Amino acid sequence: MTETKEWPLWEIFIRGQHGMSHRHVGSLHAPDAERAIKNARDVYTRRNEGTSIWVVEASAISASSPSDKGPLYEPSTDKVYRHPTFYKLPDEAGNM
Amino acid sequence: MYAQSIKSTGRAVQSLEDMSAEDREFQERIDRGEKIEPKDYMPEAYRKNLIRQIGQHAHSEIVGQLPEGNWITRAPTLERKANLLAKVQDEAGHGLYLYCAAETLGVSRDELFEMLHNGRMKYSSIFNYPTLTWADMGAVGWLVDGAAIMNQVPLQRTSYGPYARSMVRICKEESFHQRQGFHIMIAMAKKGNADQKRMAQDALNRFWYPSLMMFGPSDKDSVHSAQSMAWKIKMNSNDELRQKFVDETVPQAQYLGLSIPDENLKWNEATEHYDFTGPDWSEFDDVLAGNGPCNTDRLETRKKAWADGAWVREGMMAHAEKKAIAAKKAQHKMATG
Ligand SMILES: [Fe+2]
Ligand SMILES: [Fe+2]
Repeated sequence: MTETKEWPLWEIFIRGQHGMSHRHVGSLHAPDAERAIKNARDVYTRRNEGTSIWVVEASAISASSPSDKGPLYEPSTDKVYRHPTFYKLPDEAGNM
Repeated sequence: MYAQSIKSTGRAVQSLEDMSAEDREFQERIDRGEKIEPKDYMPEAYRKNLIRQIGQHAHSEIVGQLPEGNWITRAPTLERKANLLAKVQDEAGHGLYLYCAAETLGVSRDELFEMLHNGRMKYSSIFNYPTLTWADMGAVGWLVDGAAIMNQVPLQRTSYGPYARSMVRICKEESFHQRQGFHIMIAMAKKGNADQKRMAQDALNRFWYPSLMMFGPSDKDSVHSAQSMAWKIKMNSNDELRQKFVDETVPQAQYLGLSIPDENLKWNEATEHYDFTGPDWSEFDDVLAGNGPCNTDRLETRKKAWADGAWVREGMMAHAEKKAIAAKKAQHKMATG
Protein backbone atom coordinates (compact mmCIF):
# COMPACT_ATOMS: atom_id res chain seq x y z
CA MET A 1 0.00 0.00 0.00
CA THR A 2 1.39 3.41 -0.97
CA GLU A 3 1.49 6.19 1.60
CA THR A 4 -1.20 8.63 0.55
CA LYS A 5 -1.44 12.08 2.02
CA GLU A 6 -4.66 12.22 4.02
CA TRP A 7 -7.33 14.59 2.72
CA PRO A 8 -7.68 17.66 4.93
CA LEU A 9 -10.44 17.88 7.52
CA TRP A 10 -13.34 20.30 6.96
CA GLU A 11 -15.83 21.56 9.50
CA ILE A 12 -19.38 21.65 8.17
CA PHE A 13 -21.98 24.30 8.99
CA ILE A 14 -25.57 23.99 7.80
CA ARG A 15 -28.50 26.36 7.74
CA GLY A 16 -31.37 24.11 8.70
CA GLN A 17 -34.19 26.44 7.75
CA HIS A 18 -34.64 29.84 6.16
CA GLY A 19 -34.07 32.53 8.74
CA MET A 20 -31.82 30.45 10.99
CA SER A 21 -28.05 30.80 11.28
CA HIS A 22 -25.64 28.14 10.09
CA ARG A 23 -24.89 25.60 12.79
CA HIS A 24 -21.92 23.28 13.15
CA VAL A 25 -23.06 19.73 12.35
CA GLY A 26 -19.82 17.79 12.11
CA SER A 27 -16.76 17.33 9.98
CA LEU A 28 -15.47 15.31 7.04
CA HIS A 29 -12.41 14.82 4.87
CA ALA A 30 -12.23 16.19 1.34
CA PRO A 31 -9.46 17.24 -1.06
CA ASP A 32 -10.91 20.74 -1.57
CA ALA A 33 -13.81 23.02 -0.68
CA GLU A 34 -15.87 22.09 -3.70
CA ARG A 35 -15.68 18.38 -2.84
CA ALA A 36 -16.27 19.14 0.83
CA ILE A 37 -19.58 20.77 -0.06
CA LYS A 38 -20.61 17.82 -2.21
CA ASN A 39 -19.65 15.35 0.52
CA ALA A 40 -21.44 17.45 3.14
CA ARG A 41 -24.57 17.30 1.04
CA ASP A 42 -24.34 13.49 0.94
CA VAL A 43 -23.47 13.02 4.57
CA TYR A 44 -25.33 15.74 6.44
CA THR A 45 -28.41 16.65 4.38
CA ARG A 46 -29.84 13.32 3.22
CA ARG A 47 -33.09 14.00 5.04
CA ASN A 48 -33.84 17.60 4.13
CA GLU A 49 -31.74 18.95 6.97
CA GLY A 50 -30.40 21.95 5.14
CA THR A 51 -30.92 24.89 2.82
CA SER A 52 -27.31 26.09 2.73
CA ILE A 53 -23.87 24.65 3.48
CA TRP A 54 -20.66 26.31 4.66
CA VAL A 55 -17.39 24.41 4.76
CA VAL A 56 -14.27 25.64 6.56
CA GLU A 57 -10.94 23.89 6.61
CA ALA A 58 -10.49 22.79 10.23
CA SER A 59 -6.91 24.11 10.36
CA ALA A 60 -8.20 27.61 9.54
CA ILE A 61 -10.32 27.83 12.68
CA SER A 62 -8.95 29.62 15.72
CA ALA A 63 -10.56 28.67 19.01
CA SER A 64 -10.51 30.00 22.53
CA SER A 65 -8.79 27.65 24.93
CA PRO A 66 -10.51 26.09 27.96
CA SER A 67 -8.02 27.72 30.33
CA ASP A 68 -9.20 31.13 29.11
CA LYS A 69 -12.67 30.35 30.39
CA GLY A 70 -12.22 32.47 33.50
CA PRO A 71 -10.67 35.59 31.96
CA LEU A 72 -13.04 35.43 28.96
CA TYR A 73 -16.40 34.92 30.60
CA GLU A 74 -16.14 35.85 34.26
CA PRO A 75 -16.11 39.63 33.69
CA SER A 76 -19.67 39.36 32.37
CA THR A 77 -21.03 37.65 35.48
CA ASP A 78 -20.73 40.88 37.53
CA LYS A 79 -22.45 42.95 34.87
CA VAL A 80 -25.99 41.98 35.71
CA TYR A 81 -27.14 45.36 34.42
CA ARG A 82 -26.78 43.88 30.94
CA HIS A 83 -29.96 41.94 31.59
CA PRO A 84 -33.41 43.54 31.43
CA THR A 85 -34.46 42.08 34.79
CA PHE A 86 -31.84 44.31 36.53
CA TYR A 87 -34.12 47.29 36.09
CA LYS A 88 -37.08 47.22 38.47
CA LEU A 89 -39.87 49.30 37.01
CA PRO A 90 -43.20 50.19 38.66
CA ASP A 91 -46.23 48.14 37.55
CA GLU A 92 -47.85 51.36 36.32
CA ALA A 93 -45.23 51.49 33.54
CA GLY A 94 -46.86 48.46 31.94
CA ASN A 95 -45.06 45.82 29.95
CA MET A 96 -41.62 46.91 28.87
CA MET B 1 -21.62 -4.12 21.89
CA TYR B 2 -20.35 -2.43 18.74
CA ALA B 3 -17.34 -1.96 21.00
CA GLN B 4 -17.71 -5.26 22.76
CA SER B 5 -14.09 -6.16 23.39
CA ILE B 6 -12.87 -3.12 25.24
CA LYS B 7 -10.34 -3.96 27.87
CA SER B 8 -9.60 -0.93 29.97
CA THR B 9 -6.67 -0.36 32.24
CA GLY B 10 -7.62 -3.23 34.52
CA ARG B 11 -6.95 -1.07 37.52
CA ALA B 12 -9.72 -0.58 40.03
CA VAL B 13 -11.56 2.73 39.92
CA GLN B 14 -9.64 5.30 41.94
CA SER B 15 -11.45 7.07 44.73
CA LEU B 16 -11.69 10.84 44.48
CA GLU B 17 -9.28 11.21 47.42
CA ASP B 18 -6.59 9.20 45.66
CA MET B 19 -6.74 11.23 42.45
CA SER B 20 -4.51 14.10 41.43
CA ALA B 21 -6.18 17.49 41.66
CA GLU B 22 -6.63 17.59 37.87
CA ASP B 23 -8.14 14.12 37.72
CA ARG B 24 -10.46 14.86 40.60
CA GLU B 25 -11.72 17.99 38.95
CA PHE B 26 -12.21 16.01 35.74
CA GLN B 27 -14.18 13.26 37.52
CA GLU B 28 -16.30 15.83 39.32
CA ARG B 29 -17.19 17.46 36.02
CA ILE B 30 -18.37 14.09 34.74
CA ASP B 31 -20.30 13.41 37.94
CA ARG B 32 -22.06 16.74 37.50
CA GLY B 33 -23.10 15.66 33.99
CA GLU B 34 -20.83 18.13 32.18
CA LYS B 35 -19.53 17.23 28.73
CA ILE B 36 -15.82 16.90 28.13
CA GLU B 37 -14.73 18.70 24.94
CA PRO B 38 -11.62 17.99 22.82
CA LYS B 39 -9.45 20.78 24.24
CA ASP B 40 -10.41 20.14 27.87
CA TYR B 41 -8.13 18.33 30.29
CA MET B 42 -8.63 14.56 30.29
CA PRO B 43 -6.62 11.71 31.83
CA GLU B 44 -4.54 9.82 29.28
CA ALA B 45 -6.38 6.56 30.06
CA TYR B 46 -9.75 8.20 29.33
CA ARG B 47 -8.45 9.40 25.97
CA LYS B 48 -6.96 6.02 25.07
CA ASN B 49 -10.06 4.09 26.08
CA LEU B 50 -12.28 6.39 24.10
CA ILE B 51 -10.13 6.05 20.98
CA ARG B 52 -10.44 2.28 21.22
CA GLN B 53 -14.16 2.36 21.92
CA ILE B 54 -15.11 4.93 19.30
CA GLY B 55 -12.72 3.31 16.83
CA GLN B 56 -14.28 -0.13 17.29
CA HIS B 57 -17.69 1.43 16.96
CA ALA B 58 -16.69 3.19 13.73
CA HIS B 59 -15.13 0.04 12.30
CA SER B 60 -18.31 -1.88 13.08
CA GLU B 61 -20.39 0.62 11.14
CA ILE B 62 -18.35 0.28 7.98
CA VAL B 63 -17.63 -3.45 8.16
CA GLY B 64 -21.32 -3.82 8.96
CA GLN B 65 -22.08 -2.57 5.46
CA LEU B 66 -20.58 -5.70 3.93
CA PRO B 67 -23.10 -8.41 4.91
CA GLU B 68 -25.93 -6.18 3.69
CA GLY B 69 -24.15 -4.75 0.67
CA ASN B 70 -24.06 -8.33 -0.51
CA TRP B 71 -27.85 -8.22 -1.02
CA ILE B 72 -28.33 -4.82 -2.67
CA THR B 73 -28.15 -6.26 -6.17
CA ARG B 74 -30.22 -9.25 -5.11
CA ALA B 75 -33.13 -7.48 -3.40
CA PRO B 76 -36.49 -8.94 -4.46
CA THR B 77 -38.10 -5.62 -5.52
CA LEU B 78 -36.93 -2.19 -6.59
CA GLU B 79 -38.44 -0.69 -3.45
CA ARG B 80 -36.58 -3.10 -1.16
CA LYS B 81 -33.41 -2.37 -3.08
CA ALA B 82 -33.81 1.39 -2.58
CA ASN B 83 -34.54 0.84 1.14
CA LEU B 84 -31.49 -1.32 1.64
CA LEU B 85 -29.27 1.02 -0.34
CA ALA B 86 -30.38 3.94 1.84
CA LYS B 87 -29.71 1.94 5.00
CA VAL B 88 -26.24 0.85 3.92
CA GLN B 89 -25.45 4.44 2.91
CA ASP B 90 -26.51 5.58 6.40
CA GLU B 91 -24.05 3.10 7.93
CA ALA B 92 -21.21 4.69 5.93
CA GLY B 93 -22.27 8.02 7.41
CA HIS B 94 -22.31 6.54 10.92
CA GLY B 95 -18.76 5.35 10.40
CA LEU B 96 -17.78 8.82 9.24
CA TYR B 97 -19.34 10.62 12.24
CA LEU B 98 -17.55 8.25 14.59
CA TYR B 99 -14.15 8.45 12.89
CA CYS B 100 -14.42 12.25 13.11
CA ALA B 101 -15.26 11.98 16.83
CA ALA B 102 -12.20 9.76 17.35
CA GLU B 103 -10.04 12.20 15.40
CA THR B 104 -10.77 14.93 17.94
CA LEU B 105 -8.82 12.77 20.41
CA GLY B 106 -5.65 13.02 18.37
CA VAL B 107 -5.69 9.94 16.14
CA SER B 108 -6.02 10.21 12.36
CA ARG B 109 -8.56 8.33 10.30
CA ASP B 110 -5.81 6.69 8.27
CA GLU B 111 -4.21 5.44 11.48
CA LEU B 112 -7.52 3.94 12.57
CA PHE B 113 -7.97 2.24 9.18
CA GLU B 114 -4.45 0.93 9.43
CA MET B 115 -5.19 -0.61 12.84
CA LEU B 116 -8.40 -2.17 11.54
CA HIS B 117 -6.62 -3.63 8.55
CA ASN B 118 -3.69 -5.06 10.48
CA GLY B 119 -5.97 -6.58 13.10
CA ARG B 120 -4.88 -4.41 16.02
CA MET B 121 -8.39 -3.02 16.32
CA LYS B 122 -11.61 -5.04 16.27
CA TYR B 123 -15.15 -4.60 15.01
CA SER B 124 -18.30 -6.25 16.31
CA SER B 125 -18.35 -10.05 16.18
CA ILE B 126 -21.81 -9.99 14.60
CA PHE B 127 -20.49 -9.01 11.17
CA ASN B 128 -18.42 -12.16 10.91
CA TYR B 129 -21.55 -14.21 10.30
CA PRO B 130 -22.75 -14.75 6.73
CA THR B 131 -26.02 -13.45 5.28
CA LEU B 132 -27.29 -16.46 3.39
CA THR B 133 -30.81 -15.56 2.27
CA TRP B 134 -32.96 -12.46 1.77
CA ALA B 135 -34.65 -13.18 5.12
CA ASP B 136 -31.29 -12.38 6.72
CA MET B 137 -31.78 -8.76 5.64
CA GLY B 138 -34.95 -8.78 7.72
CA ALA B 139 -33.25 -10.44 10.68
CA VAL B 140 -30.24 -8.11 10.54
CA GLY B 141 -32.36 -4.95 10.52
CA TRP B 142 -34.69 -6.24 13.20
CA LEU B 143 -32.17 -7.87 15.56
CA VAL B 144 -28.74 -6.40 14.81
CA ASP B 145 -29.84 -2.80 14.36
CA GLY B 146 -32.29 -3.38 17.21
CA ALA B 147 -29.45 -4.42 19.52
CA ALA B 148 -27.31 -1.53 18.28
CA ILE B 149 -30.06 0.98 19.04
CA MET B 150 -30.44 -0.40 22.55
CA ASN B 151 -26.77 0.37 23.17
CA GLN B 152 -26.62 3.66 21.30
CA VAL B 153 -29.61 5.41 22.84
CA PRO B 154 -28.02 5.69 26.31
CA LEU B 155 -24.68 6.64 24.73
CA GLN B 156 -26.27 9.90 23.60
CA ARG B 157 -25.64 10.94 27.23
CA THR B 158 -22.00 9.84 27.25
CA SER B 159 -19.47 12.25 28.80
CA TYR B 160 -17.40 12.98 25.70
CA GLY B 161 -19.11 15.76 23.71
CA PRO B 162 -18.18 14.78 20.13
CA TYR B 163 -19.09 11.13 20.81
CA ALA B 164 -22.42 12.07 22.37
CA ARG B 165 -23.29 14.35 19.44
CA SER B 166 -22.47 11.71 16.85
CA MET B 167 -24.70 9.29 18.78
CA VAL B 168 -27.57 11.75 18.59
CA ARG B 169 -27.31 11.87 14.80
CA ILE B 170 -26.91 8.12 14.55
CA CYS B 171 -29.92 7.36 16.74
CA LYS B 172 -32.06 9.69 14.65
CA GLU B 173 -31.18 7.70 11.53
CA GLU B 174 -31.16 4.27 13.12
CA SER B 175 -34.83 3.68 13.84
CA PHE B 176 -35.64 3.39 10.14
CA HIS B 177 -33.09 0.58 9.92
CA GLN B 178 -34.83 -1.60 12.46
CA ARG B 179 -38.25 -0.84 11.06
CA GLN B 180 -37.29 -1.72 7.49
CA GLY B 181 -35.89 -5.02 8.81
CA PHE B 182 -39.06 -5.81 10.71
CA HIS B 183 -41.06 -4.87 7.62
CA ILE B 184 -39.16 -7.53 5.65
CA MET B 185 -39.85 -10.05 8.44
CA ILE B 186 -43.58 -9.27 8.34
CA ALA B 187 -43.64 -9.78 4.58
CA MET B 188 -41.94 -13.15 4.91
CA ALA B 189 -43.07 -14.56 8.25
CA LYS B 190 -46.64 -13.29 8.40
CA LYS B 191 -47.64 -12.73 4.80
CA GLY B 192 -45.28 -15.10 3.03
CA ASN B 193 -45.75 -18.64 1.77
CA ALA B 194 -44.48 -21.72 3.58
CA ASP B 195 -40.99 -21.43 2.11
CA GLN B 196 -40.69 -17.78 3.05
CA LYS B 197 -41.84 -18.54 6.61
CA ARG B 198 -39.22 -21.24 6.85
CA MET B 199 -36.55 -18.82 5.62
CA ALA B 200 -37.61 -16.23 8.20
CA GLN B 201 -37.43 -18.79 11.01
CA ASP B 202 -34.06 -19.98 9.77
CA ALA B 203 -32.71 -16.43 9.76
CA LEU B 204 -33.91 -15.90 13.34
CA ASN B 205 -32.34 -19.21 14.37
CA ARG B 206 -28.96 -18.21 12.99
CA PHE B 207 -28.93 -14.59 14.19
CA TRP B 208 -30.41 -14.98 17.68
CA TYR B 209 -27.33 -15.98 19.67
CA PRO B 210 -24.87 -13.84 17.68
CA SER B 211 -27.20 -10.90 18.43
CA LEU B 212 -27.10 -11.69 22.16
CA MET B 213 -23.29 -11.69 21.90
CA MET B 214 -23.36 -8.13 20.60
CA PHE B 215 -23.78 -6.85 24.17
CA GLY B 216 -20.41 -8.29 25.15
CA PRO B 217 -19.38 -10.72 27.89
CA SER B 218 -21.45 -11.30 30.97
CA ASP B 219 -21.01 -8.70 33.73
CA LYS B 220 -19.30 -11.21 35.99
CA ASP B 221 -16.62 -11.65 33.30
CA SER B 222 -16.20 -8.02 32.33
CA VAL B 223 -14.40 -6.69 35.37
CA HIS B 224 -13.08 -3.72 33.44
CA SER B 225 -16.31 -1.92 32.91
CA ALA B 226 -16.41 -0.18 36.31
CA GLN B 227 -13.95 2.50 35.17
CA SER B 228 -15.84 3.04 31.91
CA MET B 229 -19.06 3.46 33.88
CA ALA B 230 -17.41 5.98 36.21
CA TRP B 231 -16.24 7.93 33.16
CA LYS B 232 -19.70 7.62 31.60
CA ILE B 233 -18.37 6.18 28.39
CA LYS B 234 -20.41 3.10 29.19
CA MET B 235 -23.88 3.78 30.50
CA ASN B 236 -25.37 0.35 31.24
CA SER B 237 -23.96 -3.06 32.07
CA ASN B 238 -23.80 -5.70 29.33
CA ASP B 239 -26.27 -8.03 31.04
CA GLU B 240 -28.71 -5.23 31.72
CA LEU B 241 -28.89 -4.31 28.02
CA ARG B 242 -29.01 -7.96 26.92
CA GLN B 243 -32.00 -8.56 29.21
CA LYS B 244 -33.73 -5.48 27.87
CA PHE B 245 -33.16 -6.71 24.33
CA VAL B 246 -34.63 -10.14 25.08
CA ASP B 247 -37.63 -8.64 26.86
CA GLU B 248 -38.41 -6.38 23.91
CA THR B 249 -37.69 -8.89 21.15
CA VAL B 250 -39.65 -11.92 22.39
CA PRO B 251 -43.09 -10.31 21.93
CA GLN B 252 -42.01 -9.12 18.45
CA ALA B 253 -41.10 -12.70 17.50
CA GLN B 254 -44.46 -13.86 18.85
CA TYR B 255 -46.20 -11.27 16.70
CA LEU B 256 -44.34 -12.63 13.67
CA GLY B 257 -45.33 -16.18 14.59
CA LEU B 258 -41.67 -17.17 14.90
CA SER B 259 -40.11 -19.05 17.77
CA ILE B 260 -36.93 -18.00 19.56
CA PRO B 261 -34.46 -20.90 19.36
CA ASP B 262 -34.21 -21.32 23.13
CA GLU B 263 -35.99 -24.09 25.03
CA ASN B 264 -35.33 -22.39 28.34
CA LEU B 265 -36.92 -19.10 27.36
CA LYS B 266 -39.66 -18.43 29.91
CA TRP B 267 -41.37 -15.41 31.43
CA ASN B 268 -40.37 -15.08 35.06
CA GLU B 269 -43.23 -13.70 37.17
CA ALA B 270 -40.93 -12.85 40.06
CA THR B 271 -38.34 -10.83 38.15
CA GLU B 272 -40.79 -9.65 35.47
CA HIS B 273 -38.19 -10.50 32.86
CA TYR B 274 -37.63 -13.42 30.52
CA ASP B 275 -35.26 -16.16 31.66
CA PHE B 276 -33.13 -17.18 28.70
CA THR B 277 -30.06 -19.14 27.68
CA GLY B 278 -26.96 -17.03 27.22
CA PRO B 279 -24.81 -17.42 24.12
CA ASP B 280 -21.89 -19.81 23.84
CA TRP B 281 -19.02 -17.61 25.02
CA SER B 282 -16.34 -19.88 23.64
CA GLU B 283 -17.81 -19.23 20.17
CA PHE B 284 -17.73 -15.50 20.93
CA ASP B 285 -14.05 -15.62 21.92
CA ASP B 286 -13.30 -17.65 18.84
CA VAL B 287 -15.00 -15.17 16.49
CA LEU B 288 -13.22 -12.24 18.13
CA ALA B 289 -9.94 -14.11 17.79
CA GLY B 290 -10.51 -14.15 14.04
CA ASN B 291 -12.00 -17.60 13.55
CA GLY B 292 -15.61 -16.74 12.73
CA PRO B 293 -17.15 -17.89 9.45
CA CYS B 294 -16.45 -14.61 7.63
CA ASN B 295 -13.55 -12.88 9.43
CA THR B 296 -11.04 -13.40 6.64
CA ASP B 297 -13.50 -12.47 3.95
CA ARG B 298 -14.59 -9.23 5.66
CA LEU B 299 -11.06 -8.03 6.34
CA GLU B 300 -9.87 -8.90 2.83
CA THR B 301 -12.80 -6.98 1.33
CA ARG B 302 -11.98 -3.95 3.49
CA LYS B 303 -8.29 -4.02 2.62
CA LYS B 304 -8.99 -4.45 -1.06
CA ALA B 305 -11.45 -1.54 -1.11
CA TRP B 306 -8.87 0.66 0.66
CA ALA B 307 -6.06 -0.36 -1.70
CA ASP B 308 -8.21 -0.11 -4.84
CA GLY B 309 -9.33 3.38 -3.83
CA ALA B 310 -5.80 4.69 -3.29
CA TRP B 311 -5.39 6.07 -6.81
CA VAL B 312 -8.67 7.96 -6.49
CA ARG B 313 -7.64 9.53 -3.19
CA GLU B 314 -4.21 10.43 -4.56
CA GLY B 315 -5.59 11.70 -7.87
CA MET B 316 -8.19 13.94 -6.27
CA MET B 317 -5.65 15.38 -3.85
CA ALA B 318 -3.19 16.09 -6.67
CA HIS B 319 -5.96 17.73 -8.70
CA ALA B 320 -7.01 19.89 -5.75
CA GLU B 321 -3.41 20.99 -5.17
CA LYS B 322 -2.96 21.85 -8.83
CA LYS B 323 -6.16 23.88 -8.84
CA ALA B 324 -5.09 25.73 -5.71
CA ILE B 325 -1.75 26.67 -7.30
CA ALA B 326 -3.47 27.84 -10.49
CA ALA B 327 -5.91 29.95 -8.49
CA LYS B 328 -3.04 31.55 -6.55
CA LYS B 329 -1.21 32.35 -9.80
CA ALA B 330 -4.31 33.93 -11.32
CA GLN B 331 -4.79 36.01 -8.18
CA HIS B 332 -1.21 37.17 -8.28
CA LYS B 333 -1.54 38.16 -11.92
CA MET B 334 -4.65 40.20 -11.14
CA ALA B 335 -2.95 41.93 -8.23
CA THR B 336 0.17 42.82 -10.17
CA GLY B 337 -1.77 43.66 -13.32
FE1 LIG C 1 -25.34 2.36 12.23
FE1 LIG D 1 -28.09 0.72 11.39
